[in-house]
Amino acid sequence: MEVLNALALFANFVVVPATAYGAQLALGALGVTIIFGILKFANFSHGELMSFGTMITILVTWFLQDMGVGIAPFPTALLALPVGVLAAIGVALLTDRMVFRFYRRQRSNPIVFAIVSVGVMFVLAGLIRIIIGPADQSFADGQRFIIGAFASRDLLGLDEGIAIKQSQVITVVVALVVVVWLFWFLQKTRSGKAMRAYSDDEDLALLCGINPERVVMIAWVIAASLAAIAGTLYGLDKTYKPFIFLQILLPIFAATILGGIGQPVGAILGAFIVAFSEVMVTYAYKKFLAYLGPADWAPDGLVQLLSTDYKFAVSFIILVAVLLIRPTGIIRGKVI
Amino acid sequence: MRKLSAILLSAAFSTAVATGASAQDPVKVGMMQGFTGPTESLVRPMALGGEMAIKEVSDSGIFLGGREVVSVRGDSTCIDAAAATAAAERLITSEGVQGINGATCSGATTAVLNNVVRANGIVMISPSATSPALSTIEDGGYFFRTAPSDARQGQIIADILERRGISSAALTYTNNDYGKGLSDAIQAAFEDAGGEITAVAAHEDGKADYSAEVGTLASAGGEVLIVAGYLDQGGKGMIQASLDTGAFGKFVLPDGMVGEALTNHFGEALDGSIGTNPGTDSPGASMLAELAEGKDFKGDDPYVPEAYDASAIMLLAMQAAESTDSAVYKDKVFDVANAPGEKIFPGELAKGLKILADGGDIDYVGGTALELIEPGESAGSFRETEVKGGKFETVMYH
Repeated sequence: MEVLNALALFANFVVVPATAYGAQLALGALGVTIIFGILKFANFSHGELMSFGTMITILVTWFLQDMGVGIAPFPTALLALPVGVLAAIGVALLTDRMVFRFYRRQRSNPIVFAIVSVGVMFVLAGLIRIIIGPADQSFADGQRFIIGAFASRDLLGLDEGIAIKQSQVITVVVALVVVVWLFWFLQKTRSGKAMRAYSDDEDLALLCGINPERVVMIAWVIAASLAAIAGTLYGLDKTYKPFIFLQILLPIFAATILGGIGQPVGAILGAFIVAFSEVMVTYAYKKFLAYLGPADWAPDGLVQLLSTDYKFAVSFIILVAVLLIRPTGIIRGKVI
Repeated sequence: MRKLSAILLSAAFSTAVATGASAQDPVKVGMMQGFTGPTESLVRPMALGGEMAIKEVSDSGIFLGGREVVSVRGDSTCIDAAAATAAAERLITSEGVQGINGATCSGATTAVLNNVVRANGIVMISPSATSPALSTIEDGGYFFRTAPSDARQGQIIADILERRGISSAALTYTNNDYGKGLSDAIQAAFEDAGGEITAVAAHEDGKADYSAEVGTLASAGGEVLIVAGYLDQGGKGMIQASLDTGAFGKFVLPDGMVGEALTNHFGEALDGSIGTNPGTDSPGASMLAELAEGKDFKGDDPYVPEAYDASAIMLLAMQAAESTDSAVYKDKVFDVANAPGEKIFPGELAKGLKILADGGDIDYVGGTALELIEPGESAGSFRETEVKGGKFETVMYH
């Protein structure tokens, strides 16, 4: 019984939130890794692309809510998401046409591309703040919980409950569907094969008659769709605030590099490792150990490896460690 | 040549007229509050309350022989010391204010006090900076506050918990001067009373997710979670994450967390939680609420009475000193705020001005039953509330 309580506690505070967070990071990291695979640069504007897609989704959600259109008990945002995806694709293609294509034709150094993407990031960030403002926006509706903490406690007959939010389940399911579709696309379709060929060897792909502009366009379409979906799921699960998309860039890049740059499988693996590390390293194990230990015993301290203030440091540590020990990442990818 | 001298002459004349009139220019009071940032939802009614007192004095027609008083707004933000300093510089040097009602938050107030107020010798009366550190800060006698120090609020919270038989609590604070000061005060008072603080964790404002912070506190346990934060920032996030994971169901909410925005958001999920904020059952509070009726804000919103009183005692002190010079009227602030003298309630500022003009003595009561103690802060009376049916309801006054 005590062991079950410990497991329930661990599931409630570590496994469930880290899984949802990992799925959100995975969608973001996939976008970054695809852009790197095709265009060969680290796209710093990806976070703001997520934010932009989410913002449009929120605006459409509000409109639908006003009209009284909904898909209860599911959040209305899911209905609005396709519009957000289209908007993100539009912005991505527009910036490619207006900014990145110029440097591509100049055959600029990847570092120039990375700096240019920082510029795009600031422009997008400013635009978002003009349109929706810097404040916290809530747009989640529908049923909040699949099962609440107190209900699950009674159901399982334990002292500890496991709360599962609807947004967490939706996040994981959507991420799963999108990832399966992406792998099918990359492995089985003509366009996907063309993309992989282009990523492996640009010149050889050109000789085979692959149109580079088309490959670049598809890469942006996929990256932008993933960005809008990731941002919206993150916003549904937590909250939407323009500022956090600057912060979330760090764990996304850590996940991309850890998994191996340009490797879709690696991005997913990296995302879950980063998410679980962040949560597990900053979790206080006092109560967990108290359940496992002898009765009426509890550790004196909180048994916490790192204070929650240092959550972001975990991503940094992973980033530095990977770059020092295995710069190619878990699955051998490219080196920046 | 003749024409030129005529122009020069008329220019000189108009300058002379302008200088002559300056003694009757309106008296300017700086309304420097955190209009943007973490306190923006608290500040709007506060500023309106402070300006209501200014208008009342101005309309009386007997302030310093009939001078007008106007308010000049400045944005002190809450967490940006540089912005607060710049705003205060502007108010003093380019607007020429004779006193400042502000700043809102303790950090901004400290920065303004150190960098601008002492150097320029301008009276500043804060309605809401409550950090205990401001009691011991070097202020040259120019700084007052109509809100009590958090050391007092810490004691009140400890008393409430003890009376309700709550012996252990987890504590989280917003990571700034206000949060840290209040958190230390609560912890010290509660532990002195024999209670146990199981864990203390800071939270940063402006994050999306607080489940890790809540996980830490939940692991340490405790009957309630004391949230010394802001209701539209991290404080709200901490409560959300606690309710989501079932970590805590009851909260103790100090002043920064008490507001309708919180109960509107969470509704009945907060039932049983306890709130404390400065408040009083003296007739002054309800008189102020009546005075504010139909004016687009509520007289009993958090810190509105304090803001009204800050403006009022500043202007009454000027009247008592017969001067708008800070170095002169700062010594009169205690005289008008405390006994002996005729009691002055909100809406009776004209009566107070009249008594002072006739050389009498007043004891300003105002909306907060104001009683100043050394070194120039309110002794403080607090309102204990409990959330019932998704609304803050007053339990008693301390």
